[in-house]
Amino acid sequence: MGRDDLVISARSIFLNKGNRRKFSLFTLIIVSVIVLSLEFFKIGPINQFRSVTKDAVFKTSYIISLPFLSLKNVYYGVSDFLKIYEENKQIKNMNSNIAELKYENQFLKEENIRLNALIDEKTLFSDNYHVTNILLDQQSPYLRSIVINKGFKHNIKIGSAVRNGSYLIGKVVEVNYLTSRVLLINDLNSKIPVIIEPNGISAIVSGNGSKFNGDIEYLPEKNQVEEGHVVYTSGADGIISSGIPIGKITIKNSKKFVKFFADFDQIKYVKVYFKK
Amino acid sequence: MSLFANRIYSKTITSLPTLILFLVVILGLNINIIFKNYNFIINFSYIIVFFWSLKKPEHLGYGLIFFAGIINDVVQGLPIGISSLDYLLLSAIGAFIRNRSIIYNLIYDWISFFIAILIVGSVNYIILITIFKIPIVYESLILGLFVTFLIYPIFFKIFVWIDNMVLVKQYDKKNR
Repeated sequence: MGRDDLVISARSIFLNKGNRRKFSLFTLIIVSVIVLSLEFFKIGPINQFRSVTKDAVFKTSYIISLPFLSLKNVYYGVSDFLKIYEENKQIKNMNSNIAELKYENQFLKEENIRLNALIDEKTLFSDNYHVTNILLDQQSPYLRSIVINKGFKHNIKIGSAVRNGSYLIGKVVEVNYLTSRVLLINDLNSKIPVIIEPNGISAIVSGNGSKFNGDIEYLPEKNQVEEGHVVYTSGADGIISSGIPIGKITIKNSKKFVKFFADFDQIKYVKVYFKK
Repeated sequence: MSLFANRIYSKTITSLPTLILFLVVILGLNINIIFKNYNFIINFSYIIVFFWSLKKPEHLGYGLIFFAGIINDVVQGLPIGISSLDYLLLSAIGAFIRNRSIIYNLIYDWISFFIAILIVGSVNYIILITIFKIPIVYESLILGLFVTFLIYPIFFKIFVWIDNMVLVKQYDKKNR
């Protein structure tokens, strides 16, 4: 009796369409499995279809989330406004002559170009970039990523560096026709070759899920890395150009971390680099 | 005009569970929490799919559940189809429990939900780890499922309230 009941139940659940339903549960489970297995095929038409579907979902999602985004912006606007007085005081106290630093920076840049020319060093990296807004910045435990409003139509390629202001925030890992997904440097899968100045020590910065700090791996055992040292990209991967600031060294319980310069909560626009 | 407005209102009200599910997946309202180095997610969409499949399946169609899963995968950057499979499995378990049980109460639903998310979590984990080689921290997954299980009663009360206050009233009005 029990077994018959089970069979009848299963049949009614999986095969009956019920009122006003166009598909049975069984059909849809099969379709899900087929769609899932298509993820293995990276051939032309399937890729194009996937790319178009993703573009459509990202754009729709962006439009629907606009009212919620504006609420978030209002919140950050108010909190920034409340901090203005404090920030103004800090800026006044900073003893920096910006114009002087600018000229010094310009001189060093030109000197660097001259020296590179002397040793016949060729620049592999591109200075062309698009400024683009962020369509989605949903964070899941599996992936810390953002979706940007530029795709392969705009010459974006996998591996392109993405900056927020002057700071590196990630690299492109998936390109659709009009949109791309950027893996943030705080993602568990992110590994960026870096150089720690002023001593020029090479290491790898890897994400740990935290939006404030990243881990430093492959540091030499006897290193002279101290709190406050600055971490830049080294360009050793041949994808991301060298000298992009990432963060500052902080030491907690004698373990060294990188405190990111970028504030991942307040990124609205990013610069994505591309080669023509 | 009034008739048209009424029809739109009525349609919106009866589609409320679907609208909630789509808002959750499109806006990524599944809350992501970092606790003691464990990064886990409270999956509201599991609660929505399970509750409405169990209580009032007529308000949440299978096709729409499938579609919501596809959107969730695209937004979250997961292999397309995995969330649809999860949601449909949850629906199947919900429908099975509905078919087999006579008494409905919170405790019974809550325990059923626990079993359902354990099954779905296992399927999800096996597929992502073995087939797609996506690194998932097992503890994070379990922690996420456990917290989702813990908050089920809150949503149970909210959804029962929505059902009684809005959907049943609308149904009565229609049948009057």
